[in-house]
Amino acid sequence: MSAVIELTDVRKTYTMGSLEVDALRGLSATIDEGEYVAVVGPSGSGKSTLMHIIGCLDVPTSGTYVLDGIDVATMDESALARVRNSKVGFVFQQFNLLSSLSALRNVELPLVYAGLGRAERRERAADALARVGLADRLEHRPGELSGGQQQRVAVARALVTEPALILADEPTGNLDSSSTREILALFDELHGGGRTLVLITHEPEVAARAERTLLIHDGALLDEVPV
Amino acid sequence: MNWAETFRSGAEAIRSHRLRSGLTMLGIVIGISSVIVTVGLGLGAQNKVRSEIDALGSNLLIVSPGSSTNSSGIRGGFGSGSTLTLGDAAAIDTEEVAPDVAAVAPVVSTSGSLVNGTANWTSQVVGATRDWPEVRKREVSTGRFFTDEEIATGAPVVVLGADTASELFAIGNPVGQSITVNGTPMTVIGVLASSGASSTDASEDDLAVMPLTTAKQLSGSTSSTVSTIYVQAASQEALSAAYQEIQALLLNRHGVTEADFSINTQESLIETANETNRTLTILLGGVAGISLLVGGIGVMNIMLVSVTERVREIGLRKALGATPSVIRRQFLVEAGVLGAAGGVVGVALGIGTAGVLPRFIDQPVAVSAVATATAIVVALLLGIGFGVYPASRAAKLTPIDALRSE
Repeated sequence: MSAVIELTDVRKTYTMGSLEVDALRGLSATIDEGEYVAVVGPSGSGKSTLMHIIGCLDVPTSGTYVLDGIDVATMDESALARVRNSKVGFVFQQFNLLSSLSALRNVELPLVYAGLGRAERRERAADALARVGLADRLEHRPGELSGGQQQRVAVARALVTEPALILADEPTGNLDSSSTREILALFDELHGGGRTLVLITHEPEVAARAERTLLIHDGALLDEVPV
Repeated sequence: MNWAETFRSGAEAIRSHRLRSGLTMLGIVIGISSVIVTVGLGLGAQNKVRSEIDALGSNLLIVSPGSSTNSSGIRGGFGSGSTLTLGDAAAIDTEEVAPDVAAVAPVVSTSGSLVNGTANWTSQVVGATRDWPEVRKREVSTGRFFTDEEIATGAPVVVLGADTASELFAIGNPVGQSITVNGTPMTVIGVLASSGASSTDASEDDLAVMPLTTAKQLSGSTSSTVSTIYVQAASQEALSAAYQEIQALLLNRHGVTEADFSINTQESLIETANETNRTLTILLGGVAGISLLVGGIGVMNIMLVSVTERVREIGLRKALGATPSVIRRQFLVEAGVLGAAGGVVGVALGIGTAGVLPRFIDQPVAVSAVATATAIVVALLLGIGFGVYPASRAAKLTPIDALRSE
């Protein structure tokens, strides 16, 4: 099985005035295709920084990061944007849907940046929404949907580009328990379909759904706990 | 992301903030409409001057005697010489010599005392020929103009200007009545229609026109000199050709190399009048331009607010794969659309104002197509120009910072 994520001795140092803060101190990890991995750790442990680097939102200070065969550690902002577009599907805690656009247009957005034609975009976006069970909500605005439904729209948006990796940052943090179950069931289903999922969370019951847990502490991998 | 998509998302962003977009455009709208109105006022004034001067006689060349410097360096005052003669006028009127000339009207003018019973009035007395009404664009409102025969015989007949007629004849029709001019009895055979043009020259309606021969007899002069020769060119285009032909002809006839006469055109009068208008237009246009600039700064201000307010959206778009240049383009298009929309609304408002304004002030407003098109383009460029800075601020945001902000 080929590796989707290969982190080798990744360091990230933030400079705050005269103070240098090491967020990641030489972290190495590999995540294979089709894996469902939870990244857990207390706040300040560096798990957000790791998520940014895995999601190509930021680059490491040193070390290498190979995402789906592409070395992204030294890419510039425009190249990173294109990698994010084609390789990573994001699911955020805040859903981050554009409130002025319909569910369909929100899901279309990554395809717009990929440069796809209108007809193909519509078709693929509608398909993705059908896959998350929202085939009858295409023209609804986010404000007209429940929290769980909004997060499902976000999952559809993450799926629509057929990315190598789906990266979810506290995806259930803003949801009630029944919506949480809905979304986690959806993740199980995606995992069953062979998708690679990386979930960042601090909730043990959410992390328990993953195959494997990466525990981050003080910017390094503390332990690997197979489930 | 292609242009159509960029425009679509720009339009969406503008529509979702209607009030703010409207207020942003307002600055541009006011600026553009005031530019349209002020330029229109300037053009309207120029057109008015042109039509007034055209009304005095179109394609007119005015040949006056003696304004050149003589051999001893003493300059004769304008028209003080007596270098022009009836012979000159006749020569200009010959087609072989001056083919671009349509009609020639030599005149002698003096001042005369007109008396009708107890009413007396001092007025300009003009001795003229048959072509005078045509060249000077004048019409007889009642009665008739004098005939060739009356000119040949020096008949004691006179045609009065509208103002002169009403001064001498407070009531009743002057035609057929008898008056005296400098003591010589004459019959009024017609009254001229008001020239309609001149606030600039009141004398246009205060004059007495009589056959040139009669005027010569009246002043006791036997010479053939004339005060002015009015020449009508065949067309506007023929004006400069006619000018040169007359100049060459008269130089030749007078046997001089330096002109002892001067030829003026209506153009020079129009130029002088337009000079004033242009200054005023530039001044007003400058003020309007400043308001346009303020409008542009308004666009920048709102776009900056918009960038700050939409930091999360920008972050999300970047996370989903928008490159910095795509984000920059999106905000530039938004600013450009705001500017152009403001321009279109401003032009509509300006044209509307131009239509209504003449009812309230006594000034015509001419809307020019060039000014209108320019205004829209300027508004578009203004929007884009003042959008550059906010757009590059948006493009420079890092996706993490943008997503993290609340």
